[in-house]
Amino acid sequence: MMNTDQIKSNEPVIEINGLKKSFGQQEVLINVSLKLFNGENIAVLGKSGIGKSVLIQCIVGLLTPDDGAIIVFDKNVASLNRKELGELRQKIGFLFQSGALYDSMTVKQNLEFPLRRIKKNLTENEIEEKVNEVLENVGLADALNKMPSQLSGGMRKRISLARTIVVDPMIMLYDEPTTGLDPVTSDEISSLIIEVQKKYKTSSIIITHDIKCARNTANRIIMLSEGEVYKEGKVADFNNSTDPLIESFFK
Amino acid sequence: MKKFHPVIKVKGFATKHSIKLSEKTLAKKEAADNFLTDLADVMLFITRIIRETFSPNFEFKEFFRQCFQIGYKSLPLISITGSIMGLVLTIQSRPVLVNFGAVTLLPGMVAVSLIREMGPVITALICAGKIGSGMGAELGSMKVTEQIDAMEVSSTNPMRFLVVTRVLAATLMIPLLILYADALGILGSWAGANLKGDVSFVLFFNQAFSHVHFMDLFPAVIKSFFFGAVIGVVGCYKGYNAGRGTESVGVAANSAVVLASLLVIIVDMIAVQITDMLI
Ligand SMILES: Nc1ncnc2c1ncn2[C@@H]1O[C@H](COP(=O)(O)OP(=O)(O)OP(=O)(O)O)[C@@H](O)[C@H]1O
Ligand SMILES: [Mg+2]
Repeated sequence: MMNTDQIKSNEPVIEINGLKKSFGQQEVLINVSLKLFNGENIAVLGKSGIGKSVLIQCIVGLLTPDDGAIIVFDKNVASLNRKELGELRQKIGFLFQSGALYDSMTVKQNLEFPLRRIKKNLTENEIEEKVNEVLENVGLADALNKMPSQLSGGMRKRISLARTIVVDPMIMLYDEPTTGLDPVTSDEISSLIIEVQKKYKTSSIIITHDIKCARNTANRIIMLSEGEVYKEGKVADFNNSTDPLIESFFK
Repeated sequence: MKKFHPVIKVKGFATKHSIKLSEKTLAKKEAADNFLTDLADVMLFITRIIRETFSPNFEFKEFFRQCFQIGYKSLPLISITGSIMGLVLTIQSRPVLVNFGAVTLLPGMVAVSLIREMGPVITALICAGKIGSGMGAELGSMKVTEQIDAMEVSSTNPMRFLVVTRVLAATLMIPLLILYADALGILGSWAGANLKGDVSFVLFFNQAFSHVHFMDLFPAVIKSFFFGAVIGVVGCYKGYNAGRGTESVGVAANSAVVLASLLVIIVDMIAVQITDMLI
């Protein structure tokens, strides 16, 4: 299997060019181009409903763009068949905004589900170890046998994060990882995101409204507005900006 | 200047009228298109189910879980409705047969009508309510809360994992439930016969089965499989294609029951016609 070590850090793992997506009459993304370089975390900011979730759903092929190209690990997502898309998705972790935990399964089964299907050669012991390890990481080791309906909103968010990182993806797409969490847990999640980046050498796109989380975790920030990239740059560029839209996020 | 007036008026009238007309035609065209795309959608869905059924990596574990859910969990309901069906049918037919002096035909008549028609159709309608709505609601809520998308991104084909297993389990389990309902119906009928008279169990069953022929049972079993498939496909289709809001879960469950019940009746009518031609 391909390893991120083989990709140089100045090479993009995701490259999006002129992405366009509309739903009926409503144009959501008009012309979005961005690059995610190997080993890098970028934060994507933008008003609610601007199309941030749509953007990352296009990356994993859950939505089909109307126009533009999405290249992930040198493969054009639109041109892949079902099997190739499945192989590509195994390398991408996707944290859903709503959590998307399987209601009919316990927390343990939820975590085992992707593990058994993506890493087929693990033994039962290794699976158990891995599940316990990620649960420790998100601070919910005692929730192992609970059903999702027995968890609080923040706990669901963390379990769902655990389910995403359990398969050691090479690219992580986080859709609002800290929304609805208390400041302490938010900080823990932010450090977890950095830890995942360092430990597994992942590259991540972090969609967030939480400026603190963006500052902590991101190497670069991209701001979307009106279906296009409004500004792209380092955290410092955004901090010092006098643009009213950017100020409203950063002040 | 004056001369232009009527021209403008007529022109205005004509445009207004033609807009009205075209709107009407457009609406009709759209309705027809919607119906056709819906139909094409269902056909595509069925083709996908068939293709995924015969692809490797069949989800056995989930299939057995669904068989348990659909089959075993419906037993209490089917037991009650099945035996009451036989009991009521016996009580209602008895006076007529007594009038004709043909009360010895009672077990045979009840058995034949249960096996041919009442058992399959009533059990299938009950299953459409219980199983069809269950599938519509379960898959619908999985769709709305992005659980189906989550499966998709963890390299699991939700069509294979969720839909194929459910459709096959329904196709296999509903005929078994129907046979079970038939058996309990005949038992209920024996109980009904004993309310006003005294028939031994053995005699009753001998009389009942001396009237049941292969061609009573065989077409009923065949159509039961179709009932099962219809209920499974409709329930899954409605759930899998639910909209985006939470209210669409209710819509999916409700329309699954309505459509599945309607199709059960229609399939039954077609099956009866075909059987009638063959015999
Ligand atoms: N599958 C879909 N079908 C129709 N419209 C959709 C679909 N997905 C998203 N939209 C629309 O696209 C727009 C952008 O949605 P999206 O979820 O990407 O917003 P967002 O930027 O993630 O907002 P938030 O920060 O609130 O999550 C919304 O107006 C939404 O209604
Ligand atoms: Mg979103």
